[in-house]
Amino acid sequence: MTLTAILVLAAGTYVIRLSGPLLRDRLKLSDRVKLLMSTSATVLLFALVATSTLTKGQGFAGLALPIGVVVGGIAAWRKAPFVVVVVLAAATTAGLRFLGVS
Amino acid sequence: MRSIWRTLDPGLLRDVSAVAAGAAVSGASFGAISTSAGMSWWLPVVMSLLVFAGGAQFMAVGVVAAGGSPAAAVVAGLLLNVRHLPFGLAVGDVLGKGLVQRLVGSHLLIDETTAFAMAQPDPRKAKTAYWLCGISLFIAWNVSVVAGAFIGQNIGDPNAFGLDAVFPAALFALLLPALKDAATRNAALLGAAVALAATPFLPAGVPVLCAVVGLLITARQKVPA
Repeated sequence: MTLTAILVLAAGTYVIRLSGPLLRDRLKLSDRVKLLMSTSATVLLFALVATSTLTKGQGFAGLALPIGVVVGGIAAWRKAPFVVVVVLAAATTAGLRFLGVS
Repeated sequence: MRSIWRTLDPGLLRDVSAVAAGAAVSGASFGAISTSAGMSWWLPVVMSLLVFAGGAQFMAVGVVAAGGSPAAAVVAGLLLNVRHLPFGLAVGDVLGKGLVQRLVGSHLLIDETTAFAMAQPDPRKAKTAYWLCGISLFIAWNVSVVAGAFIGQNIGDPNAFGLDAVFPAALFALLLPALKDAATRNAALLGAAVALAATPFLPAGVPVLCAVVGLLITARQKVPA
């Protein structure tokens, strides 16, 4: 990894990040479009949850990771405190790996 | 700026700390992986300060470590970060109106800050959550990258502690309120299915973007009055 590559990646990432807030202001979006934008953020984040739970690279993530996330997810759904959700997810996955489940 | 901290509640601080702790371990492992891949200690540190996107950083270093060119690493990292554009369109308002707030706030636009802001019931709380999460994660991530770069290979595999489960579980918990809306939930489920189906065939970052297809079924979503 060279410094030039890092600077280009940083600049590109910053332009992507700054574009959203600036465009949102310029375009005078209707309520309908604003709702669509916030729904699309939820959709993208949920897809990120799904892919980072079930996949590693281009393959399947194994069982330990998805089971841990599902246990955390059920806790969240049953209105457990956020910290409990996070700790349960990590502990379940760690426990399964300790037992030899990948 | 000062006034936003008045809406700071201990619960939010605790939730953000949990995510920051996870980010810290992940940052230490990034620092360690980078230096063991042959980078000088300051390169991952500069990268973390300026790029501030865990996924893209791991991806870029991984591409180079696997023999790819720096250009390929940049393209892979940028593909992973394209999702931040729609995030900015969605939560751009919570950064604040001033130019400085926008310029600094945009650098903190990541998955976690977006999710924390969207999980809040009102705009003031969303602004507090965004900035608190952004600043906390920025500090936690960068300090731990420095630490990891020096400790190097002595750091074990953080996934042995199940830390790779923290990010998706935390994100899911933050998304739950938004997913109560049936139209949003259906769009998210369809989008996730599309992203998962695309994962074996497309480069990293692109499958998640494909999830916007899910929005097609929100065409009749009602705009709240």
